[in-house]
Parts: sequence; structure tokens; C-alpha cells
Amino acid sequence: MAEREHVQKSAPSKRDTKPIDAPAKSERGEEIKSELDDLLDEIDEVLETNAEEFVKSYIQKGGQ
Amino acid sequence: MAIPKTLGIETEYGIAHRGVDEPNPISASSVLISAYLSVSGQQVGAGASTVDWDFIDESPGMDVRGYAPTGAMAPEIETHLVNAVLTNGARYYVDHAHPELSTPECADALSVVRFDRAAELIAQKSMEATRELLPPGEEIVLYKNNSDGKGNSYGCHENFLVDRATPFGQIVTHCTAHFVTRQIYTGAGKVGSEVAGASADDVSYQITQRADFFEEEVGLETTLKRPIINTRDEPHADARKYRRLHVIVGDANPSQVATFLKVGTTAILLALVEDQAVPREIRFAAPVAALRQVSTDLTLSQPLELADGTSATALDIQWELYGACRAYIELQGTDNVGGDAAIDVLKRWESVLGSLESDPMALADQIDWVAKYRLLNGYRERHGIGWGDSRLRAMDIQYHDMRPEKSLSARVGLETLVDDKEARTAMNEPPDDTRAYFRGECLRRYASSVVAANWDSMVFDVGSDVLRRVPMMEPMRGTREHMGRLFDECESAAELLRRLGK
Repeated sequence: MAEREHVQKSAPSKRDTKPIDAPAKSERGEEIKSELDDLLDEIDEVLETNAEEFVKSYIQKGGQ
Repeated sequence: MAIPKTLGIETEYGIAHRGVDEPNPISASSVLISAYLSVSGQQVGAGASTVDWDFIDESPGMDVRGYAPTGAMAPEIETHLVNAVLTNGARYYVDHAHPELSTPECADALSVVRFDRAAELIAQKSMEATRELLPPGEEIVLYKNNSDGKGNSYGCHENFLVDRATPFGQIVTHCTAHFVTRQIYTGAGKVGSEVAGASADDVSYQITQRADFFEEEVGLETTLKRPIINTRDEPHADARKYRRLHVIVGDANPSQVATFLKVGTTAILLALVEDQAVPREIRFAAPVAALRQVSTDLTLSQPLELADGTSATALDIQWELYGACRAYIELQGTDNVGGDAAIDVLKRWESVLGSLESDPMALADQIDWVAKYRLLNGYRERHGIGWGDSRLRAMDIQYHDMRPEKSLSARVGLETLVDDKEARTAMNEPPDDTRAYFRGECLRRYASSVVAANWDSMVFDVGSDVLRRVPMMEPMRGTREHMGRLFDECESAAELLRRLGK
């Protein structure tokens, strides 16, 4: 891991203010997108079948 | 010099009893825990029953400020519900209509992750055990989250042992700065907002589950008007020397990295506070507003207004706290902040802040709110639906589903810090390096002689006229190093007590 010195860091200069859903354009970005596609294909089988009913019925009594 | 940081977390799980018309979460929680106790062998041998929690020393209404504010709702203790002590030193009980698992006292952040993972496995085994008991078509399901999306919240609380001599005001100041800003890596993510009066369009997705539910800066409550800094003063240890900082502001994290950072960074910062080593006080102009502002700013770029008229982003403040903690450890070492685990906390803290600054999505394998966002946003784009769609709300809840075959967090490729083999051992065996070792080993070896246990004492029935109470007021004593040989030499609790009494 890069041992950068952040001890006195007060005003980070390379602040990225883009919204986080701005598409990544790097090679790694493509890779991530393809992984995500696979994941979305896979989870379709396990998602709650009646989302609306499921959300409605998920009621928790108060806790701490 | 800072005292060694004993720490742990307690998680209230969401519970759903599916397949019944009028679910009762209190009885469902009782069924669940009882089922676990009977299949796990914690309901020990002939004639003995599960060891109960002993309430005699519990006083959650005590306030560190030395008074109980008029009208304040002190937490109540529910003594009639299932309440068990496990052989790993943990507590498993029904609290406020939820099953709650408290880890045993741990000596470092990695140990907390191990016992929190063990708690998840206990939750899973509990659900499996109830399947045998319930009629076909019924199921009890647990969720490791903090909100039902309808304004009801339940907590994941952290506990840290701190020096009684440290002025509480210093803890309030520095911990508020940390708790408001650490959300950027501790947040578990949530669709929508539950702030009263907020409309569904106000917030599509936010970083934490909990920020919506906090209304005060400092206070005793845990269920209403929740404060960023909780003042419960119940150290479960020698009250002249220690206090226990009870932290109620965090999310429950499926991500082990997030749990590790959540407790690890806080433990180190508390050592700095004890040693007066935090370089400056960072005070927000409006802490509660800042908490929500950080939670709803997915760009991580909004400046937070400080009391001195300047401003800083959550990332700025986290970099500053990281820098102070790193400088402290370079000077003082890690003896009082969890040894080698603290070095790993610093490394991970730095790398996570770096990624949050440059490319937050790169943390989709480490940080819950990012992992959940990536999944839900991908689904949203694929199906061309809005954030208010029930399918996204359902996925939000299902991210936290504790059934391995249904859990979405189990499928997003989150990095793990402890392997499940270790965690399975930790379901039954206590940590070596805190008083939980004494509690757990007594239960493992002499269960039939243990009448009751709580955090700071155990009660034995060794056949004499009176019950014998053994106080455990020092959280770092009763370790394997102190006690291991004695346990090996004592066949019975009676012999152990005789040797301890010498």
C-alpha cells in the first residue's frame, strides 16, 4: 500500500466532486460493469417475488 | 496514559415471522433464541438449565452527567424475557421486540469482527433451528439492518472502556466530530428518507440507515430523541476507574471492513482523547444537521459549517483525525489501542479515505453503502425504474437478510477479514484476552454450577449453604494468561472458587 503522508493534510487538492454514479471509463471500469451485469443476472433468482407486498409487510416494532 | 481499550458491539436484528397473519416479534424472538440454545448444546446436561443473565448490577438509567434529566426516558430492563449467556462470553436475549446479540468483551477491533461474524453465524443457526419447530409455511427471518423504512429503527451499539478521569466534555467534542464524519465508511446505505415530513423525492439514496433518527447532540435516550453522544453511565466495571462509552449512532454492517473501521478508528481516537493528544477541537455549528448532511451527500463534497465560522468536508475531517491518530501511534505505540490490529486499522483507514476521495465505487467490495448503491443503481438502470420503486426498497432490506441463500450482501463480493472457520470456533469459545475468557470458560467447564452471569460478575452454586458471587470488575483480567492454568487444574467450580479464594 502506498505510504503517503497524510498527517498534516488539511485541504485535499484532488477532490473529486462528481456524483458517484458518473460512469467509470477506465479498463477497470469496464470490468466492474461486466461483473455487475453478472451479479444482476444472478440475483434475479433470489429476489423477493412480490416486492411491494414484502416491503409493506416488513414492519419492525421500535428498538433502541 | 490511555487505558487499554476493551470494546464490543451489540446488535438488535430485524425480525420477520413469515407465514402468519399477526406476527408477534417478542414471541418470535423468544422462539428463535430458545431454539438456538437447545440445538447448540448451550442448554446443558441433565438437571441443568440455560444460564440466565443476572440483573442485579444493571442500572441503565445512570447518566454520566450525574443526574437523571427530568422527563428523560431512561432505558428499561426487561427481566422476564429470554436472556442467555453463551459459552463464548456473549449475551443473547430479547430486547425491545428484537433478538439482540452482544459480543463478548474484546481487546482489539479484529477480535470484534470475529465475534460479530460469530454472532451472524449464531443468528443463522437460530433461524435453521426454528425451521424444525415451526409449522410448514412459517419461517422466522433475521435482518442485520437498522430500519424498516417506515420510521422504526433499532440499533447496533458499540461499547468502549474509557478512563473515568477523562473529562466527558472532551469525549463529547471529539467523538461528535468523528461520529458525524465516519459515516462515509460506516454507513450501510438506505433507499429514501425517514425524517418526519420528508417526501420520497427528497432523498433517493443515503449513506446511512441511522442518521434520520437522531435529534439531539447529547442525552440518555436510546429509543426516542436519540442523541449523537449517549450519556448512559453504566461501566459494568470498577466505576471509580472506568466509564463505558455507549455509542448508539452507528449502523449494523454486513461488511467486516466497515465493522473493523467503525470500532477500530473510534478506539484509537478515544486513546488520543484520554491522553489529550487531539490537536484541535472540531465543533460543528449544528451537529445533528451535519449528521444528516453527511448521510445524504453522495458526492462527499459538501462543506460542513463549523462553530468557528470555517467549514470542512467529512473527508477533510476524517483525514485530519486519521493524521492525528497516526501521529499518536507513531509516538506512543499500539499497546493501549489493540496492538497490531491498530496498525491494520490505520492502513485500512488511509486506503479507504483515499478511495473515497478519488473513486468511491472502487470500495464496492469493502464498504456497505457503496456495495448496496452499486447493486441497486445497476438494477435501477437495467430496468429503467425510479428510486421510489418497491423493487429497490425490497433489495435494500434483502441486502441485510441473514439467510445465506437470500442475502444480497453475501453475493456482492465483500472482502472478509476473518474466515468462517475461525468465526465458527468463536461461536462457542471466548476470546483469550479479556474477562470474557473467565465467563466463557466457567460456562464451558462448570455449567451445572453456574447459576447466573452478567458482565461484571458470576454466581455459582457449589452445594454449600450460600451462592457464591465472583466479581469481575477489571475487564482485562481473567484472561487465559491469568487463568488458563488454573482452569486446567480445577475439575470443579468448587475447587476453582477455593483456589481463587486463597
